[in-house]
Amino acid sequence: MSSPHIFEGHGVGQTMFRVMAALVPGIIVYVIAFGPSILVSLAIASITAVAVEALMLKIRDYPVKPFVFDGSVLLTAWLLALSIPPMSPWWLIVTGTVIAVVFAKHLYGGLGNNLFNPAMVGFAALMISFPAYMTHWPAPMALTSAHLGFADQLSYMLTGSLPAGMDVDAINMATPLDTLKTQLHLHHTVSEVLRMPIYDVIGGKGTVWIAVMYLLGGIYLWRARIITLHIPLAFLGGLFLMAAFFYLKDADHYVAPWFHLVTGGTMLGAFFIATDPVTAASTPKGKIIFGLGIGALTYVVRVLGGYPDGVAFSVLIMNAFVPLIDAYTQPRVFGHVKQEEASR
Amino acid sequence: MRTLHTFHGGIHPPEHKSESNGRPIAQAPVPRHLVVSLRQHMGAPAKPLVQPGDKVLKGQLIGEPAGFISAAVHAPTSGTVTAVEPMTVPHSSGLPDLCVAIEADGEDRWAEHSPIDYKSASPQAVLDHIRDRGVVGLGGAVFPTHIKLQVNGKLETLVINAAECEPWITSDDLLMRERADEIVKGIEVLQHLLQPAETLVGIEDNKPEAIAAMARAAEGKGIDVVAVPTLYPTGGEKQLIKILTGKEVPSGGRPYQIGVVCTNVATVYSVHRAVNLGEPMISRIVTVTGNVRQPGNFEARIGTPVDELLQLAGGALPDTSRYIMGGPMMGTPLPNSGYHVQKASNCFIAASDSLFPPEPPAMPCTRCTHCAEACPVNLRPYELQWFIRGKNFDKARAYNVFDCIECGCCSYVCSSNIPLVQYFRYAKSELMERDREKRAAEMARQRSEMKQQRLEREKAEKAAKHAAAAAAAAKSETAEDKAAKQAAIAAAVERAKAKKAEPQNTENLSPAVQAEIAAVEERRTKSGEAVNEEA
Ligand code: SF4
Ligand code: SF4
Repeated sequence: MSSPHIFEGHGVGQTMFRVMAALVPGIIVYVIAFGPSILVSLAIASITAVAVEALMLKIRDYPVKPFVFDGSVLLTAWLLALSIPPMSPWWLIVTGTVIAVVFAKHLYGGLGNNLFNPAMVGFAALMISFPAYMTHWPAPMALTSAHLGFADQLSYMLTGSLPAGMDVDAINMATPLDTLKTQLHLHHTVSEVLRMPIYDVIGGKGTVWIAVMYLLGGIYLWRARIITLHIPLAFLGGLFLMAAFFYLKDADHYVAPWFHLVTGGTMLGAFFIATDPVTAASTPKGKIIFGLGIGALTYVVRVLGGYPDGVAFSVLIMNAFVPLIDAYTQPRVFGHVKQEEASR
Repeated sequence: MRTLHTFHGGIHPPEHKSESNGRPIAQAPVPRHLVVSLRQHMGAPAKPLVQPGDKVLKGQLIGEPAGFISAAVHAPTSGTVTAVEPMTVPHSSGLPDLCVAIEADGEDRWAEHSPIDYKSASPQAVLDHIRDRGVVGLGGAVFPTHIKLQVNGKLETLVINAAECEPWITSDDLLMRERADEIVKGIEVLQHLLQPAETLVGIEDNKPEAIAAMARAAEGKGIDVVAVPTLYPTGGEKQLIKILTGKEVPSGGRPYQIGVVCTNVATVYSVHRAVNLGEPMISRIVTVTGNVRQPGNFEARIGTPVDELLQLAGGALPDTSRYIMGGPMMGTPLPNSGYHVQKASNCFIAASDSLFPPEPPAMPCTRCTHCAEACPVNLRPYELQWFIRGKNFDKARAYNVFDCIECGCCSYVCSSNIPLVQYFRYAKSELMERDREKRAAEMARQRSEMKQQRLEREKAEKAAKHAAAAAAAAKSETAEDKAAKQAAIAAAVERAKAKKAEPQNTENLSPAVQAEIAAVEERRTKSGEAVNEEA
């Protein structure tokens, strides 16, 4: 034994479970807005993730218990489940989770060694392979008369069948972000689009309230010193600046920047996904560059790209640059004259 | 109020000061048997001046400094030397050191000792006086004080390090509460020697009694007693200097390079005793705390068995499983209490698994960067451990592993319980070993080249001699033979000449080699300094 002889003693597990706790308020509002089906998604993803993690650990000859209970795989499962549409069929959730845990995490060497955010790898794989399922979100309950009870939701997720006389289109609708994009393509102006019911207070703002809860959860993570604010603020800042720039240029075709902050995966991405320590930049300056990059790219994908949201792809793209960013942003060490680029 | 500065990072471990700071300093009785190590300081061990059977007096020199960085060692009491041999000492290496065992005669009779009037004596005489009394830094690094005080040029700031930021330890706290006047007298000696523009005493604000006592004693003496925020490792020499002056000691450098000298408060007290009373450093204040019945502070002779100190503190509780010398952040672990007080022993902590739970098993690093946020030197511990585990030591050097002060903040906060500091110690010793090997190989290469040259020179000389002898013999030979022989001689001489004309770059070292050696030396000093003076 050698010094130090005392330890603060939060394990990896404690950290991960606190992050999950910070997600709970968002999930509660989610249930209120979209019905309890999200809980089923979370459960399916969690069970799959733990089972696959245990299997991979066995195969790779690691002790199963400490690693399963480090909580990291559950967090991955939750982030994936919260990123995909809430009433997704069970096999979609399972496929995404398996891809995240097996390919993005364990084939890279397991906890701490993966270059790409596992949840976002799972998300991106699903988005590319099953775009139809990934772009259809159920309408917020307040907006549809045809909304389903929990039993019907469950049966749809597990068997794909709906009650007689209902079809998928009756319960699904595009997300606010998606709608905006489609409508703008149809040559409506932003102000016309925003008058649609999906953007009104109880309807569209259902998603806004989820975003607000994620924001509060993120502030808790910051206060608990689990994350620093560099990445979230840079992310939000990058997105905001891009949106503001285009909005100021042409307010008819580009929506106001606040809209981007509260829709889609922005808040979840900024506070919970981009901050995944394993795959994020790690120096203070690096974190800012990393966050700004994700924010700016998210805007570009949303406005120009073919997908309704850009958080996942932006995170993955910036993940790839992390080693480079870190190497070139090493902070000045005490007693040294200036920062060094130690990589060279 | 002074404007204080900050350093990056730092932590707030539970302080545990109140356990031991409630009672006044108690005098520990002179023990029957003492074991005094001859390596109580940084640098070369002292050379023993006594043999078994010798009678010694209290304060008598028993080990003289050997080499420039070394310090004198004195008999802590009067008695008989019973052994001079290697014995276990409380040091992280676990290796035995040469020690002098003394059986006390109970009379505690002083050898002749006299103070020095530092105001009239020459500075060098005062420094020699301090050196001869074995005064070394009591903050942890035990660097010989007279060397630290040898400063040429103008001194901006004299910093007295009284932060005592390690948890559990209260020896400096109690010393300041009870003997502030003597400490100030010591500071005055230093002020006289160094003539600093300002003198600052840095004390963490969790010691209000000590701050008040020092402020009272320092009044009108040109000494500024400054309360600094409680934050580990504020007592690190470089950290405290940064807080008080805003200046950073350059990497691998010494405080005097930025016009600062920093000395621990207990050391200053010893300077007072050495200069104004003529007493060598034969005792110190030791905190005995942790898993003992009555934690407290004791003024103990150097060489006192730890067991006796534990008894004075009411004895270690039954579930005590190990001990720590120093604080819990940087202290040396001891498997049992069979050790003796050293000049460096500011504290002994009896440890049990319930007071000091062992660290849970390590998990992989998640790059959560908590370690980097806590590091007072602004290193990236997670990158370093990654390189070191991959045996990529050069990369660890490039990421400044030699700037690590081994404060333990990173290990303390690591959410994956990775023993980071152990990795860094390992990397430093590995790198130093490599540098040594490189240097040794370089020297061996030079030696073999030199030898090669000598052999060739001898061969050429031999050839020339042979040729001359042959020439003499050739007089009687035919002209034809003569011509052939002369040609052979000429050829031999030519060959020899040619050999000699080859570049002889090893007689003087080439600039490249010199640069290499200089670089190695620099790294060595750097790594030596990584051992931080901890308050
Ligand atoms: S032990 Fe070294 S790396 Fe760790 S916090 Fe202290 S200085 Fe930084
Ligand atoms: S605190 Fe531990 S787990 Fe976190 S980055 Fe540092 S070494 Fe890795």
